[in-house]
Amino acid sequence: MLSTLLNLHVILPLAAAAAIALAPQRQARWIATFASLATLGLSLAAAFNFGGWSDGSFEPKADGISWLASMGISLTFAVDSVSLMLILLTTFLTPLAMIGSFTAVQEREKEYYGWFMVLLAAMTAVFMARDAIVFYTAYEFTLVPMYFLIAIFGGAERKAASIKFFLYTFLGSILTLSGVIYIAAQYAKSHGGSWTFDLSTLATFCSTELGADQQYWIFILLMVGFAVKVPFFPVHTWLPLAHDQAPTAGSVILAGTLLKLGTYGVYRVALPAAPVGGVELSQLLAVLCIIGIVNAALICWVQHDAKKLIAYSSVSHLGFCMLGLFSLNSLGATGSVMYMINHGLSTGALFLCIGMIYERYHTKDMDQLGGLFKRMPVWSFFMVFFTLASLGLPGLNGFIGEFLCLMGCFTAEPNSVSGWPGILGPWYAVVAGLGLVLAAMYLLILLGKLVWGPLREPHGESHHGGSHDTHLPADLTPREIGILVPLAAVCLAIGFYPKPMLEAIAPSVEKTLAPYPKLVERFVQDGSLLAPAGKTDGVALAPSTTESPERKTVGF
Amino acid sequence: MHTLASTSIDMTAKLTLIAPEILLFIGAVVVAVLGLSRAPAVRRAVPAVTALFLAGSIAVTAFVYRSDAVAESGLLIPMLGGYAKALIASIGIFLVMVGGPAIDRRLEEAFDSGRAAFDPIRTMRGEFFAFFLLSMAGTMLIANANDLIWLFLALELSSLPTYVMVAVSRGTRRAQEAAVKYFFLGALSAATFLYGFALLYGATGSLEFPVMQQQLAMQAATGGISTLAIIGGVLAVLGIAFKLAAVPMHFYAPDVYEGAGAPTTAFLGFVPKVAGVLALIVLLSLFGWSGHTAMFDGAAREISGLPAPIAAVLWMVAVLTMTLGNIGALLQRNVKRMLAYSSIAQSGYLLIGILSGPKDGFDAVLFYLVGYGVMNTAVFAVLAALERNGEEVEALDDLSGLRTRQPVLAWMLAFAAIGLIGMPPLIGFFGKLALFSSGIESGQTVLVIIAAVNSAISAFYYLQLVAVPMLGAPNARTSSVQTIASPWPRYAAVLCGVGVLVMPLAVQSLVVAAASSTDSIAPQQSAAVPAEPAVDAQAAATAPEVSGISR
Repeated sequence: MLSTLLNLHVILPLAAAAAIALAPQRQARWIATFASLATLGLSLAAAFNFGGWSDGSFEPKADGISWLASMGISLTFAVDSVSLMLILLTTFLTPLAMIGSFTAVQEREKEYYGWFMVLLAAMTAVFMARDAIVFYTAYEFTLVPMYFLIAIFGGAERKAASIKFFLYTFLGSILTLSGVIYIAAQYAKSHGGSWTFDLSTLATFCSTELGADQQYWIFILLMVGFAVKVPFFPVHTWLPLAHDQAPTAGSVILAGTLLKLGTYGVYRVALPAAPVGGVELSQLLAVLCIIGIVNAALICWVQHDAKKLIAYSSVSHLGFCMLGLFSLNSLGATGSVMYMINHGLSTGALFLCIGMIYERYHTKDMDQLGGLFKRMPVWSFFMVFFTLASLGLPGLNGFIGEFLCLMGCFTAEPNSVSGWPGILGPWYAVVAGLGLVLAAMYLLILLGKLVWGPLREPHGESHHGGSHDTHLPADLTPREIGILVPLAAVCLAIGFYPKPMLEAIAPSVEKTLAPYPKLVERFVQDGSLLAPAGKTDGVALAPSTTESPERKTVGF
Repeated sequence: MHTLASTSIDMTAKLTLIAPEILLFIGAVVVAVLGLSRAPAVRRAVPAVTALFLAGSIAVTAFVYRSDAVAESGLLIPMLGGYAKALIASIGIFLVMVGGPAIDRRLEEAFDSGRAAFDPIRTMRGEFFAFFLLSMAGTMLIANANDLIWLFLALELSSLPTYVMVAVSRGTRRAQEAAVKYFFLGALSAATFLYGFALLYGATGSLEFPVMQQQLAMQAATGGISTLAIIGGVLAVLGIAFKLAAVPMHFYAPDVYEGAGAPTTAFLGFVPKVAGVLALIVLLSLFGWSGHTAMFDGAAREISGLPAPIAAVLWMVAVLTMTLGNIGALLQRNVKRMLAYSSIAQSGYLLIGILSGPKDGFDAVLFYLVGYGVMNTAVFAVLAALERNGEEVEALDDLSGLRTRQPVLAWMLAFAAIGLIGMPPLIGFFGKLALFSSGIESGQTVLVIIAAVNSAISAFYYLQLVAVPMLGAPNARTSSVQTIASPWPRYAAVLCGVGVLVMPLAVQSLVVAAASSTDSIAPQQSAAVPAEPAVDAQAAATAPEVSGISR
């Protein structure tokens, strides 16, 4: 049952895309809306049929359809609690994004809605894939629809934006693929030439049988692709441009789900497969996270373009998310998963809000717009609501993830008494906390300019604020309110009662981080997990060595 | 000590295995004659007859490669031809579809309209397709080479017709210029590998592969392979690099690809590459790859691998080829020149598999060639299906906004280009996956990472082939771009473009088929090899299995 439901997550949107290709132009939006709502239904049904909420296991356990048997590649789909939540996020956001595009997109609708359906199939497939090649296929294939969506429906610089987006992510992920192939090749070598790309088999093999140095380099290779997608500090430059140029729904999906593919990849592939690399590099990566957080926050502060501001705030926010992961303790990682979902909701909603403004005024420039509360009170209410959610107001959804990420980082000091040890510590959390202050600042500036103050509207727009071609009323239409209300409801619900989610995430986090406590302990003792020069073998990692008496005495 | 030994290999076995080539020879004669016919209908049937002969040779290949003849042939890699011939002939059928209407089109129109009287001297269609079949037959013969003379002749048979094909491919001076360039550089490359062959003969005292292989294995075990053999090997590799359009023999590619008509360029992008790959596989098998055993002195000896200088040369050629090819392609605005550089880069990827050696590396290369052949044909089929004021469409800008006028062709071009990037789940991805896997498995991790970065670079210009037709706006130039009258290039474009999408569903069978080509017939190394690496009749017949065909 669950297996069928999961397969349908890919089949249904693809079938919808095919139907859109054949259907007349005007039917496209309805097919897309219906199919994405049906996919949401599928995800909800899957959530009710899923039995692994409390133990972090993957279901269904059966093997998938063999695809390339000689290399051990099979179409295997299974979910655990974290991937199911991310699927729910994806299928929840997509219909909203579709309905939100009705007035914004008036031409080439078949391509628009068709590519969105392909994108939906690819995104859900990433979260379900249990085979590394299927994972990579879906992960990489999200590029193609997104490329077309930006390149056809984007702003003035859409060509540059789409190519930059494609090339950055493609370069990153093909290096990730090399890392995956490297693990698989080592597996094949030690298993008499029989290949497999099963994710958990490879992760177990790599983390237990490959040497420290190998794991270190594998982690770097895997990390490159995910870091680009997240996007991580030095390789984030594609994101603001892509967001700025993408159509509203594209931005919603990009921020809401596509960026999560990166964090999810780190969580699901990089961290479990190469724990040595994770431990060795966590400090460096945490520093990069913090630079990214503060840097992006400062850029937000001086932005004039509302959409770019939200885009940079994504970079900053995802820095927190990654910082939580690299705390390498359950507190931070749980927070990080929470953050993935909440960031998707609140930032997706903010992009929708900005898109609604753009449809009316054809500008996102905060110098030309202001005091919109007088013109659009309903919109202003939602804008304020989602901004507060985004900056982490307690009681709304953003708070819990942010708090846990920082808390995880704070307590992640060696020999921590709190029970959540790691190798970061309070200083990292304090500096990262600056980002919170800055976030409050730039988001409130955004509100101050757009919502409050004297009314400012661009010249040449009609007095009623409606634009000429879409004939939208000044304030939100029922359709637009209908899009924002479910988002607001979910934000409130998660903010007030996050416990079931936290409880569902915890067991999955435990499994992902299983190899870490021991390695962190050793790292703290020895200062490095890498074998000294000239001695590079997997033995160094075997538990027997770890617990050898001499080592313990050396440590103290 | 060793002389040119008379082989005891059953001549019928040899002839049986080259039945597909013999059929193509017959076909070449038939189409050459048909092309001279006075009846236009007969002349028009030439491409169809060519395709029929190719289909026939696929059937014959499937038939003969099941018989005992394969085991008796004494080839180093006995099954290689089975897959290679089917591959060449299958892609060949699509190439015929692409090229059929283009050759002599103007002339035939003139004949039809009565502007010119029929003149057998001026018709070229028969010759073109005769040479087409001859070149394919030559390429197929490489897979059956068992001595240096055969290999040389097969390589030449594969090359020589292509010079003529380039010259007659379209009635412009540029085609002739391209043909002359191609011919002279081809002659240079032939001289280079012939020189290499001569040195190899000098080093081993034999022209026969099984004997040479034993000789080299013995040298390797007793004090190292002689410098003469290594220089010979390096020269042979560099000479064959011409067929692959690999550095340092790549200079001709952009000019020749640009000068030749699109159908001929499609041919050049595929058939010579297969020839180069087959020749390298056959030739380097003499040296053996690491992890394989050779029998001599009555015992199995480990072969330490390709001699370091040859491996280093291959490594550098691979890196330079993919890098220079991709960088060159970035700078082009002419589609055919861009594709020429891209095909150079593709050769670089192919060399990963060659360097990785048997079995997985060869399997990967041979598998890669199917996907590459289909994608390459799809791209050129789209170009061949279009014309602008009677001229070929060459500039990237001519394709701008193709989607609005020719949506199907634009989509097929997009599929093929995205496939060439290596985007999963299209067929190009699986080829790269196989190559990268075999590379990493054999310890070429750095090379694979360089190739990965190169793939990302290549995405930039391949995306142009998607972006310009799909997203660009039609302009004054493009308004005169239209499809040519004959539908066949369009059919080829659709078949190949859809193939790029559909082939991944059958990827397992394709991989298995490719892998079957390097399967050894007899289970690993008969113990019957005599104690002396003597060249008596028996040894030549049984020793072939020493090659590193299976681990």
